Amino acid sequence: MATTALTPRAIPYPRSRVYEWLTTTDHKKIGVLYITSSFIFFLLAGILALFIRSELALPGSQIFDPTSGLYNQVFTMHGTTMIFLFVMPMLTGFGNYIVPLQIGAADMAFPRINALSFWMIPLSGILLFSGFFLGGAAAAGWTSYAPLSAREVGPGQDLWIVGLILNGTSSILGGINFIATIFKLRAPGMTLMRMPLFVWNVLVTSLLLLFAVPVLTSALIMLFIDRNYGGGFFNPAAGGNAILWQHVFWFFGHPEVYIMILPAFGIISEVLPVFSRKPLFGYRAFVMATVAIGALGFGVWAHHMFTTGSVYLPFFAFTTFLISVPTGVKMFNWIATMWRGRLQFTTAMLFAVGFLATFLIGGLDGAFAAAAPVDFHLQDTYWVVSHLHYVLFGGSAFGVFAATYYWFPKIFGVRLDEGFGKIHFTLHFLGTQLAFFPMHLLGLDGMPRRIQDYSPAAGWQDMNVLSTIGAFMIAISILPFLWNVFISLRKPRDAGDDPWDAFTLEWATTSPPPPHNFDALPPIRSERPLFDLKYGELMGGHAGQHATPAEAAGYPTEADREAQSDPQGRADLPTNPTVADVEAGTTARSEAGGSGVIVVRPADSEAPGQPAAPATEAAPETPAAPETPATPETGEPKLVPPVTHAPGEGEVTSAADASRPSAEVTERVRRQARQKGTPPSDARPEEPR
Amino acid sequence: MTASGDVMVTGHGTVPTAAHETGTPLHEERGVNTALLGMLLFIASEVMFFGGLFAVYFNVRAANRVWPPEGFHVEALPIPLIATIILVVSSFTMQRAVWRIRANDRTGMNRALLVTLLLGIVFLAIQLYDYTTLGFGLSSGVYGSLFYTMTGFHGAHVFGGVIGILVVMLRGMAGQFSAGHHVAVEAVSIYWHFVDVVWIALFTTLYLLR
Ligand code: HEM
Ligand SMILES: [Cu+2]
Repeated sequence: MATTALTPRAIPYPRSRVYEWLTTTDHKKIGVLYITSSFIFFLLAGILALFIRSELALPGSQIFDPTSGLYNQVFTMHGTTMIFLFVMPMLTGFGNYIVPLQIGAADMAFPRINALSFWMIPLSGILLFSGFFLGGAAAAGWTSYAPLSAREVGPGQDLWIVGLILNGTSSILGGINFIATIFKLRAPGMTLMRMPLFVWNVLVTSLLLLFAVPVLTSALIMLFIDRNYGGGFFNPAAGGNAILWQHVFWFFGHPEVYIMILPAFGIISEVLPVFSRKPLFGYRAFVMATVAIGALGFGVWAHHMFTTGSVYLPFFAFTTFLISVPTGVKMFNWIATMWRGRLQFTTAMLFAVGFLATFLIGGLDGAFAAAAPVDFHLQDTYWVVSHLHYVLFGGSAFGVFAATYYWFPKIFGVRLDEGFGKIHFTLHFLGTQLAFFPMHLLGLDGMPRRIQDYSPAAGWQDMNVLSTIGAFMIAISILPFLWNVFISLRKPRDAGDDPWDAFTLEWATTSPPPPHNFDALPPIRSERPLFDLKYGELMGGHAGQHATPAEAAGYPTEADREAQSDPQGRADLPTNPTVADVEAGTTARSEAGGSGVIVVRPADSEAPGQPAAPATEAAPETPAAPETPATPETGEPKLVPPVTHAPGEGEVTSAADASRPSAEVTERVRRQARQKGTPPSDARPEEPR
Repeated sequence: MTASGDVMVTGHGTVPTAAHETGTPLHEERGVNTALLGMLLFIASEVMFFGGLFAVYFNVRAANRVWPPEGFHVEALPIPLIATIILVVSSFTMQRAVWRIRANDRTGMNRALLVTLLLGIVFLAIQLYDYTTLGFGLSSGVYGSLFYTMTGFHGAHVFGGVIGILVVMLRGMAGQFSAGHHVAVEAVSIYWHFVDVVWIALFTTLYLLR
């Protein structure tokens, strides 16, 4: 394909910015839309939480009229919004933005379905919240147990059902899109076992979505029929069974909690290695643990139903303990990653470390509740509220903030201010502990969840006051964050392509990336292709002075095959370079030695040597290129792949033709590395293999 | 290898447009086509949806000693069996459409699609007629709720399939599709087979295993 014909350049058709955003199918814009709308819902649900905590701080009714039932609506909407409109779409948003970049794709597999998935989310939010204005929102809790939910009068519950069906459809379509993207659009060389861990976690999450959410949809439809068409599914009087709702709901509900945490696991697994200057410890074990969690996640649902008397306790207690094991494995992976690393405590890193601490407590809480006899005491008390907030707020939300600080420079081209970031983190972390730790004690003392009031004689006031103070601290911590975003966006966008000296492909393009993401990709030989590009030669990798003639010529070699059988691609990533190596600029690579001089940056459109535009530009407003063969049957332009790749996964790109503008880019990458003086304390001599 | 030899050019010189719509042809197609993969994944989610309904059915059934409960009665013969045969036959005609277009015979495909379409519509008509003869409704106890919800959602899926076939047929009549280019036909046919399989499961569960 040496002669790609140049298409006539498309003349940008002027459209308004708003129209551009409303109709976009670009995964990056859609990602930003997801992230911003989820953040708005986060603020809304957070305000509801402040009402709840204010009400609970003292015995007696402070805010809500106990006869109005408003308190129930508020906690129901708080939970529903946080789960379905904040955590899930927020993580989907980061997935949308980052996954195609990390796998070297130009977009998601189905860009228009992607846009559809996004727009269903605000619509479902509007449906859910409209209940407040139409005589009362849903009030049966985010779990909406039958028969309560079947009897609850008013449109709120129906709006809740319809809203969640819509929301779930969006999740299913999103899951399909991610799976297809990850399986079909990975760049050559990126084998499954070279995918960044964020991608792995999004993949498993998507499979969980695909298999769990439709079951919720069927439950919701049955509930809707019970409520509106006299159905008898959950009505014992009609021959149905109320407990059945719990089974169907939790068959979805437990995978759901992993849907909410796995992407956060992925984020932490990106952030910790970069700021520890080490690869993730035990990549393979981590992947296995992720897959195991996904699989086991379908076999534990009844641990939410221990006290119903209708589940086989030993089985579900056992599987629940079992699923803690892979979670524990991940914990050790993370800690070992930090072990002896050159830790850099940026705000993103602080949130990641905060995640480890807080999530650990939440996991241990869960393990307590997994013991059926203990759970008989804890079920439906504040212990459970404590557990779920430690894992969801201390886990998922911390992950979201780590992601925000980490990827902000990629998305907006400017770093968030570290000073405000640290104020934010400190208040956020302390607030989290203060808000949710006392709930353990309240739970052990028997305070039920979902109550509006308690007796002054119960002795629960002190802990409730503490918890409320913590909740307000979290709320206040959001202010420096918002201010931070505001001032940062007004600064010059000078973060550069790779401000963290990171490892994965999203940092190998501009910040923000151009619409098509990449003009060129580095060769992918491990799960850290950008790291290899920057430091490969220091690591004595096969890209360096050891290049064989075959390699230099650009053919897959023995080493490549080995790298493929070594799924981490590490066979070729050995020794530990020192600071001195980098400072001395020991770039031992021979220029002609197949080191893969790479154009990473999308070429400026006017730049010489710009890759030829492929003959695929046949959009409605673009005159089809004369060379574009249109399929006569359809009139649709036939898509011509822009390039044909050399055979073999572990494709080697040779620098044989080194007269490229790329030399300059490579030099820039090297210079950056030298200035920073933060060579990887890589390699893992300590790691037992 | 690319023209320059040292890079893998994977993007486009300008904003991708056409490429943007169909998934990006950045890499050569290996394995299953992306759109078909999307359809297969969608069907997996549909399996879970019907799985939820079937699980509830068997749970309720196991809890009731008399099944169907007192006062409910359905007969496999003759109408439901006829409907079943019609749907199964339509799966074959659908597959014939796929084979015809694989052999680049667009007229043959259109003809087979038309037959499939008619069979699908007849199935729906029979099902609606059958509903009028049953003598119980959605609200007459859990059996009625289950029966109508399961068959009703299946019927809705048949309807969706009929629309899909119609669209594909109109496109075929407009001269689209060829041996090398007919993903939409393949996708609709997979979906139609799935709908057929669900019906066989429903027929067995509701009419035969009474
Ligand atoms: C270490 C692994 C975990 C174990 C052993 C575990 C165990 C449990 C158990 C036994 C319950 C039921 C408590 C009761 O209702 O009496 C529960 C509730 C809950 N868990 Fe976990 N859990 C774990 C991790 C997680 C994670 C990672 C999340 C979410 C990110 C999560 C979210 C929840 C939620 C939201 C509830 C409460 C649901 C409700 O009733 O509203 N858990 N957990
Ligand atoms: Cu659970």
